[in-house]
Amino acid sequence: MNVTMTVNGKPYTRDVEARTLLVHFLREDLLLTGTHVGCDTSQCGACTVHIGDHAVKSCTVLAVQADGMDVKTIEGMGTPGDLHPLQTGFWEKHGLQCGYCTPGMIMASAELLKHNPNPSEEEIRYHLEGNYCRCTGYHNIVKAVQHAAEIMAQGEQAGQAADD
Amino acid sequence: MTGNESRTDKYFGQALKRKEDPRFITGAGNYTDDIVIPGMLHAAMVRSPYPHAKINGINKDSVLGMPGVEAVLTGQDIVDAGIGSIPVGWLLPELKTPAHPAIALTEANHVGDIVAVVIAENRALAEDAASMLEVDYEPLPSVAFAGAAIAEGAPVVHDDVPGNVAFNWEIGDATAVQEQFNRAHKTVKLKLKNQRLIPNAIEPRASLAQFTPSSGEYLLYTTSQNPHIHRLILAAFVMNIPEHKLRVISPDVGGGFGSKIFQYQEEVIMLLAARLMGRAVKWTARRSEAFVSDMQGRDHETETEMAVDKDGMMLAFRVNTLANLGAYQTLFAPAVPTYLYGTLCNGVYKLPAVHVKVQGVMTNTVPVDAYRGAGRPEATYAVERTVDAMAHALGEDPAEFRRKNFIQPEDFPYQTPVALVYDSGNYEPALDKALSMMKYPELRAEQERMKGSNKILGVSVISYVEACGLAPSALVGQLGAQAGQWESSLVRVYPTGKVELFTGSHSHGQGHETAFPQIAADELQIPIEDIDLVHGDTGRMPYGWGTYGSRSAAVGGSALKVALQKITAKAKKIAAHLLEASEEDVEHEGGVFRIKGAPDKSKTFFDVALMAHLAHSLPEGMEPGLEATAFYDPKNFVYPFGTHIAVVEIDTDTGKVDLRNYGCVDDCGPLINPLIVEGQVHGGIAQGAGQALWEEGAYDEEGNLLAASYMEYTMPRADDLPMYQIDHTVTPSPHNPLGVKGIGESGTIAGSSAVANAVLDALWHECGTEHLDMPYTAEKVWKVIRDARAGIGQAADD
Repeated sequence: MNVTMTVNGKPYTRDVEARTLLVHFLREDLLLTGTHVGCDTSQCGACTVHIGDHAVKSCTVLAVQADGMDVKTIEGMGTPGDLHPLQTGFWEKHGLQCGYCTPGMIMASAELLKHNPNPSEEEIRYHLEGNYCRCTGYHNIVKAVQHAAEIMAQGEQAGQAADD
Repeated sequence: MTGNESRTDKYFGQALKRKEDPRFITGAGNYTDDIVIPGMLHAAMVRSPYPHAKINGINKDSVLGMPGVEAVLTGQDIVDAGIGSIPVGWLLPELKTPAHPAIALTEANHVGDIVAVVIAENRALAEDAASMLEVDYEPLPSVAFAGAAIAEGAPVVHDDVPGNVAFNWEIGDATAVQEQFNRAHKTVKLKLKNQRLIPNAIEPRASLAQFTPSSGEYLLYTTSQNPHIHRLILAAFVMNIPEHKLRVISPDVGGGFGSKIFQYQEEVIMLLAARLMGRAVKWTARRSEAFVSDMQGRDHETETEMAVDKDGMMLAFRVNTLANLGAYQTLFAPAVPTYLYGTLCNGVYKLPAVHVKVQGVMTNTVPVDAYRGAGRPEATYAVERTVDAMAHALGEDPAEFRRKNFIQPEDFPYQTPVALVYDSGNYEPALDKALSMMKYPELRAEQERMKGSNKILGVSVISYVEACGLAPSALVGQLGAQAGQWESSLVRVYPTGKVELFTGSHSHGQGHETAFPQIAADELQIPIEDIDLVHGDTGRMPYGWGTYGSRSAAVGGSALKVALQKITAKAKKIAAHLLEASEEDVEHEGGVFRIKGAPDKSKTFFDVALMAHLAHSLPEGMEPGLEATAFYDPKNFVYPFGTHIAVVEIDTDTGKVDLRNYGCVDDCGPLINPLIVEGQVHGGIAQGAGQALWEEGAYDEEGNLLAASYMEYTMPRADDLPMYQIDHTVTPSPHNPLGVKGIGESGTIAGSSAVANAVLDALWHECGTEHLDMPYTAEKVWKVIRDARAGIGQAADD
């Protein structure tokens, strides 16, 4: 089946088997291997991407269901020279060790900050309960998200100041 | 620019953010499953659905005609290829080791044992066919628990291991222990179960193999903590490949925790498949496969007994353990419940006599081997649970009972009654710091206030010591290790003054690519940006034994330090030559080599590196180049220690345990990078708390894994855990050049005991409960409280 979607701002059309999961489409057809697979029961969250405004576990979505959609993966969040505040937060606060859950954590956190720019520790923990990390004990992930929220708030203020 | 900016600041000890992170945070990490070799095929494993079954036949034709299916491999193909059994890497006296074929030939011995492999054009087709393959199984009687497996008439797992007992092992002086018990003022006895755990690194295991017929060379990408060990075992013992013709690359690895140390069946299969198919072949585990094929951890049934005199001073400790080894013995399996466990059953205490007896038992379950802490969490649990029970029996505060029994600073190096010589320690400052950090007296007061309400408080104070930094090769050789445990390092300086470090250690999250350059930047006095670490590729570094047993900093870091010292020694000679001074008059200070007393006459590291390679003017007889290799064999283990305090709040209406606070003071000697050290402690605590509160690799009595996915195996999530309070004391190891001790496992070694003791502290204060087995699920805890409040426990005791 033909599927067409925008991924990280670029349009793609590919012929896929109907049963192809979005995560496999991203990894194997588009070679966007930053999105990871950690389980087969939709519990670990390593495959989290954005479809439109929503953080979605891409192992729960067929590629054909994302037809015509706007998908964003970790590769679309920022580059080493121009990091997203969450990427900066995870780096600064040592919010990752092996790095395997990190893309999913960043994508899930981005959804949170979009809706709640100043989350409490409890809100961050609650929002990330669909993402497993086996390395960090979550302590520094919470701090990373808090740090990102601060950067974004400062950016907002700077942006407002510039507008004035 | 060329050359190095001069610098004087010290990198060792700085909380630098990690050099490796930019690739991970941008999705550019390179894990095994991310690697594509053009034309590669995909493998899917056919795994036994039975804990124990005879394989009467496999009908390859049942799938060979399916689209895209290229081949089916069975145990017979392994035999025909002359491939050997997967060996055990640590032998004990009279150890019985059943054969461990890469694909089962006549008998499957646990759910998940591989009975066939399908190779196809893509993964989906391979998995389709694997699910369709006709295998004629004849189920056999099976057994899952160690106690049941040694009972009269129990099903036998392997005919060549009669009675299912693989080994009987003991350490310490049983008679001396009995003499102490004979004169004891008080004794306590506990029966403990340290449940089966499943490591669950978030990256599932994967392997990708390629064979080049013209040269006979193999390339294996695999998820390994120790690529050289894989190469050695595969080349020398299993596949009979010349060692230099097998290159093992362990790229970015998504967590290990021990589970990626071992030689697994799948890596053997991938190499064979690549040779037979003439194309690269990849396999990546599904999580459901990981649950039944990754080596598991713990699983002890233990009895402990402690004796004290009339002053509450410890006299003796006796331990009797049944260790469930599962269906096969893998790399470290016999060592984990013996030398990594029994030797640590002395804890941090001055114990005149200790005796530990362990029976290793085969069962029809997934094999058990090293999982984070490997033996030492089990030892800490046996010791610290019993110490708490004794404190309760004596009516003493658990912190003060520990304090008065501590080994004292002047006692080090301390010879325990169970073989180890603790290198250094100072246990009381860590205890005091932890008590004051967590405001211990206030917690006890709060506990008193909450008593009898529907929220009760539990507080633990546990003090641990562990042995890591594996290890002096001669010593572990005497104990049965079939390998050396030194580490190598290569330092390569380029003409431009840029430096590459190569280590046999492997980082799968531990931050080597930052910590190792921190060590080098100080020794070479150049900016850390000019230094990179290379690891995880047998084709690029001299040799190595990899990363496990918290050995990277203490052994790998020390190897690096020695290699660096060789570089600076040669560099100083070259600098002296260039400065026309005698070597004794040259100092390496402030990023330059300069003549003492004449600071204006100096040469930079770049000047020296360039001349070492130009070789236009070198000291008489000196070889050109600036490169050094060191092989460092440690003199002893290192012995980190500390005190952990957990605070739990239990809802008596539901039994739900809330880990409210967790604080710890660890001593791992000097910290190379505090950010990384703290991250290791955080993650370790989470895994320890996971065991205490949620995780259990539960089997039914026949060996069917009941917790076989994330829907049944409960690992802690972000909203289950608190922020941790962390501090340190610093007692250097006296015997390695960095003074460092390991920190990768401490959190787990202490964590399960700390959380367990906190829960039991609450239940003891509220209900008089002496012991309850982990994990403390709401249901289990609620029942205890309900029974106690209904007087059921009381009645049973009367």
